[in-house]
Amino acid sequence: MAIVFQKPKALTDDVFHYCPGCTHGIIHRLIAETIDELEIEGRTVGIAPVGCAVLAYNYFACDMVEAAHGRAPAVATGIKRARPDNIVFTYQGDGDLAAIGMAETVHAATRGENITVIFVNNAIYGMTGGQMAPTSLPGQVTQTSPYGRDTESAGFPIRVCELLSTLDGVALAQRVTVDTVKNVRAAKKAIRRAFENQVNKRGYSIVEVLSSCPTNWGLEPNDALEWLRDNMVPYYPIGVYKDLYPEEGQT
Amino acid sequence: MADKVLMKGNEALAEAAILAGCRHFFGYPITPQTELAAYMAKKMPKLGGTYLQAESEIAAINMVLGASSAGVRVMTSSSSPGISLKSEGISYMAGSDLPALIVNVQRGGPGLGGIQPGQADYWQATKAPGHGDFHLIVFAPSTVQEMVDLVYKAFELGDKFRTPVMILADGMLGQMMEPVTLPSALTAVPDEKPWAASGHANKRKKNIINSLYLDPNLLEKTILERRKRYDQITAEEQRCEEVQCEDAEIVVVAYGASARVSRSAVNQARAEGIKAGLLRPITLWPFPTDAIARLAKSAAAFLTVEMSMGQMVDDVRLAVNGARPVAFYGRTGGVIPTPAEVLTAMKSLIGG
Repeated sequence: MAIVFQKPKALTDDVFHYCPGCTHGIIHRLIAETIDELEIEGRTVGIAPVGCAVLAYNYFACDMVEAAHGRAPAVATGIKRARPDNIVFTYQGDGDLAAIGMAETVHAATRGENITVIFVNNAIYGMTGGQMAPTSLPGQVTQTSPYGRDTESAGFPIRVCELLSTLDGVALAQRVTVDTVKNVRAAKKAIRRAFENQVNKRGYSIVEVLSSCPTNWGLEPNDALEWLRDNMVPYYPIGVYKDLYPEEGQT
Repeated sequence: MADKVLMKGNEALAEAAILAGCRHFFGYPITPQTELAAYMAKKMPKLGGTYLQAESEIAAINMVLGASSAGVRVMTSSSSPGISLKSEGISYMAGSDLPALIVNVQRGGPGLGGIQPGQADYWQATKAPGHGDFHLIVFAPSTVQEMVDLVYKAFELGDKFRTPVMILADGMLGQMMEPVTLPSALTAVPDEKPWAASGHANKRKKNIINSLYLDPNLLEKTILERRKRYDQITAEEQRCEEVQCEDAEIVVVAYGASARVSRSAVNQARAEGIKAGLLRPITLWPFPTDAIARLAKSAAAFLTVEMSMGQMVDDVRLAVNGARPVAFYGRTGGVIPTPAEVLTAMKSLIGG
């Protein structure tokens, strides 16, 4: 019997701890499929963040390092400089990447570190129970913005891809979603390009994946995806913000 | 035997690290460790190594963590305020059992403090280099030659016990020039590290470098396993130099720059007929408790001399364990005590 669908080899048999309806699982799978397709598992090292994906080191079958909160790009830099033939990726949430780790993020990007960054933006701190994130939207109600994010006092959300696209060291900065089958396919393509860029020594590549958090948004999974489309996508438009090799991005 | 060369402490330490096979340096500019980083910036590119000036001390120590995870010899250097920033990464490295060399060329503190030599980071280095239950091996050189020699030992013990190691120097040792004999270069960095995260090459089970244990029983188990290594280090690695201690009635205990001053004071005391000796800790952790406890049986009194308000004196008192009086003399904030001041303190201890 022909196998038409199976779990990627680059995922272990560990059961994900993610909440029902959360899109981390899809994103993990897309990374693992990419690792399988490029046949790089044996030389890949992944960096897990602090946040909902803190246990990602259990889920990917390659060697893994658990970083301190926000420091994944610095840890990745250390590994990549020590072992340039390793394929090094970080997997980071919005608090990790865009708040406590913003300095590490910007400087890894501007150095053109030849690493791949998968940035999961769900506009909230998930693991700690739903606090305001640097990417929480204006007016968004969270545990620590109970009256809605007031931009007068809490400032404005950060558009990471737009910000990083100004830096010369960035090879690829692209924002995707995984809310529909079509968009999952587009996200896969972006993630694959972000890894291929590293294989081809082209510098820093980041794929920002808009993600839902049904648990902390207080919504059913489908309603959460609806909310993402209605609220996040207008503020964080899907698209390619920087691409040094745009011809390869064409379908 | 190689020829002697005249080198600054900071540069000699850097050269020794290169000779010991370290090819990866991550740091952030700060006085008074400046020459160490500058030396690495000059040398590493020519050797195919890494000199990377990070965006912060925090980033630098996490780059060290990454490189160590990948299994290579790696180091960073900083001075007091920078070490505070590195304490996050130091704790994570200890919790992940990662070796690395961390150099602190101490200056006066707290806060921004000053840029003159200090020894006020003793407590930080030996008691609380970061959050959580852990130790660093801490070496305290007092000559440029010892700055060199302890680098080799630091890398060796770091690898052996899988722990970060600190060389606690100070601005005086870093900046001064002395003749040194450099060791011969290690031709190959020893030991493949089977635990490293550098790609499993489809040949072994995956490696995970991690300090997170959500199960408290498992976390306790890892800490107690590490403590066994600490016990072994405490039993095997206490180091100190004893100068004229055999018949000494008063033993001065001092490390690093203040040991140089104290050595002069002890010589002057002997010239005046005072039976004085110097015990100079070379490891601050493990502290040379055994040697001090032994001397507590023969000496009448101890004087601890530090460039701080009095930090190591706690450990001297613990080692003496009430058997003899332990006094303290120190200058702090970047002020270096003079031999005359130390001699006066010795006399007042004997007289009192």
